[in-house]
Parts: sequence; structure tokens; C-alpha cells
Amino acid sequence: MTATFVGMPPFPEAARAALADTQLRSNLAHATATIRAKRAAVVAEVDDWEELRLAGAAIKDNTLLHLDEHLVALEAALTARGATVHWATDAAEACAVVARVARDHGVDEVVKVKSMVTQEIGLNEALAAEGVLAWETDLAELIVQLGDDLPSHILVPAIHRNRAEIREIFERRMKDVGRPAPDDLVDDPARLAEAARLHLREKFLRARMAVSGANFAVAETGTLVVVESEGNGRMCLTLPDVLVSVVGIEKVVPTWQDLDVFLQLLPRSSTGERMNPYTSTWTGVTPGDGPQEVHVVLLDNGRTRALADEVGRQALRCIRCSACLNVCPVYERTGGHAYGSVYPGPIGAILNPLLRGVGTDEQVDSLPYASSLCGACFEACPVRIDIPSVLVDLRAQVVDAHRAGAPKPEALAMRAAAWSLGSGARLGRLERLSGVVGRVAGRLGRRTLPGGRRALGRLPGLGGWSGARDLPAPPVESFRAWWRRTDGGRTEERA
Amino acid sequence: MRVALSVTCVNDAMFPDTGKAVVTLLRRLGVDVAFPAGQACCGQPMVNTGYLDEAVPVVRNYLETFAGYDAVVTPSGSCAGSARHQHDIVARRSGDPALVEAAAGAPPTYELSEFLVDVLGVVDVGASFPHSVTYHPTCHSLRMLGVDDRPRRLLEAVRGLRLVDLPSAEECCGFGGTFALKNADTSIAMGADKARHVRETAAEVLVAGDNSCLLHIGGMLSRQRAGVRVMHLAEVLAAQEGAA
Amino acid sequence: MSARDDVLGSVRRALAAADRSPVPVPDGHRSRPGPADVVGLFAERVADYRAVVERCSADEAAGRVAAVVEGLRVVVPPGLPWPVPGAVVDDGLTAAELDGLDAVVTGATLGIAETGTIVLTHGPGQGRRALTLVPDLHVCVVRAGDVVGDVSSAVRLLDPVLPQTWISGPSATSDIELSRVEGVHGPRTLHVIVVG
Repeated sequence: MTATFVGMPPFPEAARAALADTQLRSNLAHATATIRAKRAAVVAEVDDWEELRLAGAAIKDNTLLHLDEHLVALEAALTARGATVHWATDAAEACAVVARVARDHGVDEVVKVKSMVTQEIGLNEALAAEGVLAWETDLAELIVQLGDDLPSHILVPAIHRNRAEIREIFERRMKDVGRPAPDDLVDDPARLAEAARLHLREKFLRARMAVSGANFAVAETGTLVVVESEGNGRMCLTLPDVLVSVVGIEKVVPTWQDLDVFLQLLPRSSTGERMNPYTSTWTGVTPGDGPQEVHVVLLDNGRTRALADEVGRQALRCIRCSACLNVCPVYERTGGHAYGSVYPGPIGAILNPLLRGVGTDEQVDSLPYASSLCGACFEACPVRIDIPSVLVDLRAQVVDAHRAGAPKPEALAMRAAAWSLGSGARLGRLERLSGVVGRVAGRLGRRTLPGGRRALGRLPGLGGWSGARDLPAPPVESFRAWWRRTDGGRTEERA
Repeated sequence: MRVALSVTCVNDAMFPDTGKAVVTLLRRLGVDVAFPAGQACCGQPMVNTGYLDEAVPVVRNYLETFAGYDAVVTPSGSCAGSARHQHDIVARRSGDPALVEAAAGAPPTYELSEFLVDVLGVVDVGASFPHSVTYHPTCHSLRMLGVDDRPRRLLEAVRGLRLVDLPSAEECCGFGGTFALKNADTSIAMGADKARHVRETAAEVLVAGDNSCLLHIGGMLSRQRAGVRVMHLAEVLAAQEGAA
Repeated sequence: MSARDDVLGSVRRALAAADRSPVPVPDGHRSRPGPADVVGLFAERVADYRAVVERCSADEAAGRVAAVVEGLRVVVPPGLPWPVPGAVVDDGLTAAELDGLDAVVTGATLGIAETGTIVLTHGPGQGRRALTLVPDLHVCVVRAGDVVGDVSSAVRLLDPVLPQTWISGPSATSDIELSRVEGVHGPRTLHVIVVG
């Protein structure tokens, strides 16, 4: 399994399908507008927000640059506090560790805290293959799981669903896997949340093993941190006997005190709250409180590939807040599924290529182009990941990966453009040609733009552009030609 | 101070009136800009599509053309952003130490509103334009350069001009260079929303500091027969309609 | 080669060419001037989460607690400084047994004014983590003197070796159309009594 959904088409194709879904677009526009407003309000409360962002970025950079040392320290601290540390180079190894723990305890089900990394490695499918059922307990994850759906947002995986769709899913599916939805269920968020509470409670109370991720792992103390809202995380982290936490190696922060930065940046950026309802921290095993057997799986799965990328390395600062998704004009219109990965949106557009490498999969190669480079993501990112710069760098990597074979039409067009645009003289010659087009359009054109200029309408060969956009006819005289003819307007002024 | 105009390839070939407006405006303010004829393009179309090798000769031409001037002024936030943030990347890619040095020592490239407000220190440029105008802050001028409210301050000082707020002004119009072609459907969906917001203002004119974005938004407005004229900021600031 | 050697080897190779000089970390946020009325702000911010907040004197605390839980099946942790009439003292109740109780009363280690957060470190008077999770009403008594201004101050005072639960309002979700609903798996009602 990989971070990318199997068999997804490249972004432009997937986006076209998503854009045609008016229900999806209205669900997304409503949801992202709501969260954007909430985030803006709580960020504005913090006078030194920019300095906090700089601190968050710097702490993560310093950690990543000495990641080997911090991982060794983390392992030692965890082991000293009674946890068992496992290492996994890829998804298969990580899944095998979790499955082995389940088998050792003879469990046929586990409860899960919402975790991006376990989705990335396809843990649920891997456990199912071993006869172990994994119950998602986060409300949105439950909606996705019951709906046989795919997540479309990092924080709110079911953001593409509205309340009526959710009610229908609960009514239809809860009865197959446990306590049925109440008979009188209506599509009120509070009632839907209550249905989830009732449905999951029996699973929490009987669970013997839980699986979680971690938002942060503190190297010096071995402390893991889970940030959540509903209390499903606390249920999983507290009630079962056995806990396995799968932790990407980039989740490390060096010291306990470093958390003060991230516990301010994350909730405000993520749910748009001053603080999320629940944050749990635990350090190995605590006698008499919570799971008495604690495992931690430290996972690479492409992270060291991203770490080796000088420009892209900064993507590993990501704390999975999803602020970049919520402000992204592309994400707002296409939704998350179009990105074909558990990591959608701007961060997904860089993270997937960085984790998996470019040049082998058309879908992955399409992701760095799924952006207008507007920069809203960088502005919102609490750890200052310069996503536009990484996107541009990855585009170069995609192009470079294909330089060996026969050039694509785009490559030929770019070479031609570069040749024409590499000298004033050559550009001038091209403009004389376009001036002829302008003269013809001036005589034959029927449409005029407000302001008096001739317009070109639908044009064969310009389908991508002219399907919905008119184009002004080229001017008869370029600026360069005007400058030469009038000495920069001086002779015109005299005339 | 020797100031060169980088008119940009898009303006040179498609929007000569914008270049002329910059010349008129700056002359009125006492700056006699030069137009080095060797200029062509800043290289951004290649860089943003991933063609760094192809961008090398284009950037080399830019750096050679403008070397020796004290400042470069350009009526494009996007091209100014390219000059300031991408030329060193392309130069390093070239492996040519001379080009790296040229990029590091290049004169500063200012977007027009920055040049007017920061370098010349003017806000009232003596323009007169008795129309209702709404202003779209283009992404690169806003977020890459940080021009902030400079264009608005310039517009507010234009006599007769009535500035109408554009809803969701800071959201991208969906142009994005080759994005408009490679992801045409998404680009159009974004442009449709921008065009709708423009129509909601009922302004006569939509103004922005980048003609490429206006090409996109204006193209949509025209197709929708919205009757809204699009104009570059320079053209409004150069205008002296109805002035004595 | 073990997976450990693989991962650490990959990390070292990835960083072989990197400039590893330290990046300065700004830390001005760790010495912000605190709010003028720390306890007042705390009460206001807790209430913003739609938790119930009341303030009282030390003498009144026990009475206030008793009033809140009157008629309910209540559990308390060992070592709770305030007497709660009729309460069961937790001696390792099962999750199912906890599920059969209506309310839990605990103290807290800290309050954080800026974010309206209560921090439990699960020692005496606070109980193990499950205790404040399964019952549907959590009554939490916070001493005014334990309220700090901001997150940085709280982190500085806390011992990471102890398990912690940071609580900011009742359990909630925004998973349906991003509209916030209070009350999912954790206690659906949080009742905070600020003493002193």
C-alpha cells in the first residue's frame, strides 16, 4: 500500500469529474468558508503569531537536520519507560508489526484513533487480511469507513459529505457492524454525533487493543502526544490493555518545552479553536493507568527520500493541520479525492511526490501542477512551508525525469517558447506575425471587448483556453515596435 | 538614477497600451525610463512549468539586458516576483558562476506600485479617471512581493475614481500561467467565481496589476457579455480623463 | 541489516550533504506579559467552549460540588480534597462500571487562561485517565492559584513523565459540515468550579 489511492487518474482528469459534482462543490464551499473564518479569528488574537510560525519552522528544521540523533534519543527514552520500539522502513513492515502484536494477543478487532499515517500505510486493509477488524472511531473516519468511501481532507475526512448523506450512511450501514442507528435518526449534527457515540461505545468498552498515530513525539522524554476533539482518542489511548502507536519519523520534537509552540500553532490552524477539546500525552507505560503494554513503530516510508530533497525537506515540518487545504482555491473546488491520496490539497501536492519520487507514476507527476501558485497555502501554513517554491521545484524534477525519452508536445512547445523569448530580436519577429493576425481580426472580427478592442472567441486549437474565455485580438503594433517608431513616444508627443 | 522598463513579453506582444501608460506616467513624474531593446521575457513561464534548462538562456538575456541600470520597473507583480525569487534558482541550475554572480548583482526589479510608492514616494500621481473601479490584487503582487495596499492607495488618490470593494478580493482568479491550460477546468471554475464577484460590484472597470490575470478574468467576463472593462493599473494611473 | 539500521542509515545519507548549522529559534512568546486578570480570563474562555463555569470561595467549594452532583451516581478519585456525599471512590472500576455512573468530580493541576484549558496529570485527587472520560458529566474544581496565563507557562510547569490530559471544554466535533457540536465520546458536560 502507498499514500496514493490505487488506480486514480491524473489530477486534471479527476478534477474534471469532481468539478461536475455540484453537491460536492457546495458542501466544500460551505465547509471551507466556515473553517477559514474561524481560523482567521483565532489567529488574529495572537499578537506574535508570525514569531510563533518562525519558531515552529525553526524547531522542526533543527530537528530534521539532526533527525538520526533525535530518533535514537526517542528510542532510548521510550524503552526506559517500558515501551517497545519497532522500526519500519516501509508500509508493509509497519503493518506487519501491528498485525503481529494483534496476533500475539489473540485479538480479532482493534479500535483506532484517527491517524493519517495508518491510512498512508493502508493498515486497515493489511489487518483485515490477517483477520483483524480495525474500527475507526473518529466521527469523520467512521463516516468514511461506513460509506466505503475515501478520505478527502486531513482534518475532516468526510468534508465532502453533508448531513443528509451522513444520516443515510449511518442508517444503512451501522446495523451491519454493531449497534444500529436509532430509528428516529434525523439529519441534525448533534443527533448524528449521538448516534456515533452510542454505536462506538460498545466497541470502546470491549476493546483490548488500540492503534494510534501521534501528533508529536518528544525525543528527550519519550512522550507521545495526541491532539483530538471528540474523546475517541482518549478512549483508545486509555481503555485497552495494549496500545500500538505508528509514528512517522518526522513527528519528533527535541524537548518537552518545544511543545508550547506547536500546541499554540496546531489548534488555531486546524480546527480554528484556541485549543482543541482534548490533548493526551503519555510517556511509555504508567503503572495502574491506561495500557500496560505500549508499542511505538517508527516509520520511514519515503520520509528519508523527502529528507534528502534540499528544497522539499521543509514539507516534513508539516503538522497535518490542513490550513493549506482550507485556504486553497483549487482544493475548494475539486475536493480532496482528485488528489488521489490520503494527503490531499497543497500539502498533498508536494508530500506525495516527495514521499514516492517522481517520474514513474503519471498521477503523482500531475500533482505538482495542481496549483495556480497563488501562495495562499504558504501564508496560512503554521510552520511556514513554502509550498509554492516546493511545487515549482518538483515540477522541474518531473520535467527532468522525462528528459531522456522522446520529448512530449509540451516540452517541444517550451523549447520553442524559450528560443523565441530568449532574445528581443526574436520576440520582435514573432510580434510582427501576431500583428498580422491582429490586423486581420480588426477587419474581420465581429466581437469587441468593452473598451473597444477586438475579441477572438472560440478558436480551434485553443480549446483549453477558449472554451470559456475570449481572447483579445493581438495588437497591430507591439510595444517594442511602437517604441522604435516613436522613439519611446517622444516623436508622437511632438506631433 | 538610470531606470529601465521591463515591459514583459505579454505586455509587449499583447498589451502595448500598458507599456505606453507606464512611460507616460513615469515621464509625468519626472522619470525618463529607458527601454533596452534586447529584453524579451523574465523566464517565469518556463520556470513555473518545470523547464529550468530552457529558462537559462531567457534569464541570461534578462540579466544581460538590465545589467548596468540602477533599477528596473515592470507593470507585473508576477514578473517582478520571478526576477526577485526565481532568477537565482535558474542561475544556480545553469552551473555558470558568472550567471550566478549576475543574478546576485542584478539591479532590483520593482513592480509598478512599489516603484511609485517606495522609490518615487508618490501616491497621488496626478491621474483623473471618473469611473467606478474595482481592484483585484493579483496573487504574486500580494503574497510573493507583499505590495500590500500600495495599489489601493494609488487608486484612491485618482481624481473622480470611485473604488468599489471586490468580494473575496484576495482569492486567486485561477490564471496561474500554464495552470490555465494544464488544469483548464479548475482554472475556469476559479475564474467563474472571480468574474461573478466582479459583476456583483457593478463597477465599470476591473483593475489589476497583471495583464495575464486580466486576460483570464476579462476573457471570462467578455464571454459572459458582462460589459465590464478590464484595465491595467498603469493605464488608470496614466489617465487624465476630463482633467483641465 | 535491521529496519532500525536501514532507517537511521537512510536518515544519515539524506543529510550527508545538508548544512546542519543550527537555525535560531525565536522565543519571545515564552516571556509574553500575562493577562491582567488571569482567573477572569480563564473563566471567560472556559465558558466560550460552552462549558459551565462558576466561581466561589474555598469555603463554598464543597457545597457547590454537592449541588451540581445531587441525585447523580458519582465517582471520585482517591485523594479528592473536597468531600462528595454518596460518591463511590474509584478503586479500579472497570470501564463498564464507569459507564454505569453519571458523573465524576476531580481537581486539576493547572488552568490555562488564554485557551480556557484544564490540565490533569492524574495524580491524587484527579484519578487515572479513564475516570474523567467515561462518565458523562465531569465536575472539575480548579484552584484560582493554579491558573497560569498561557500555554508556554503551563508547559514549563508540567512534568512530561506523568500522563496528561488537557481539557478545553466538553468533547466536541466539527466533522459534520464543520459546524461544532458539543458532546461526543468524552463527557458531554464539563462543569468547572474555580475556587478562590
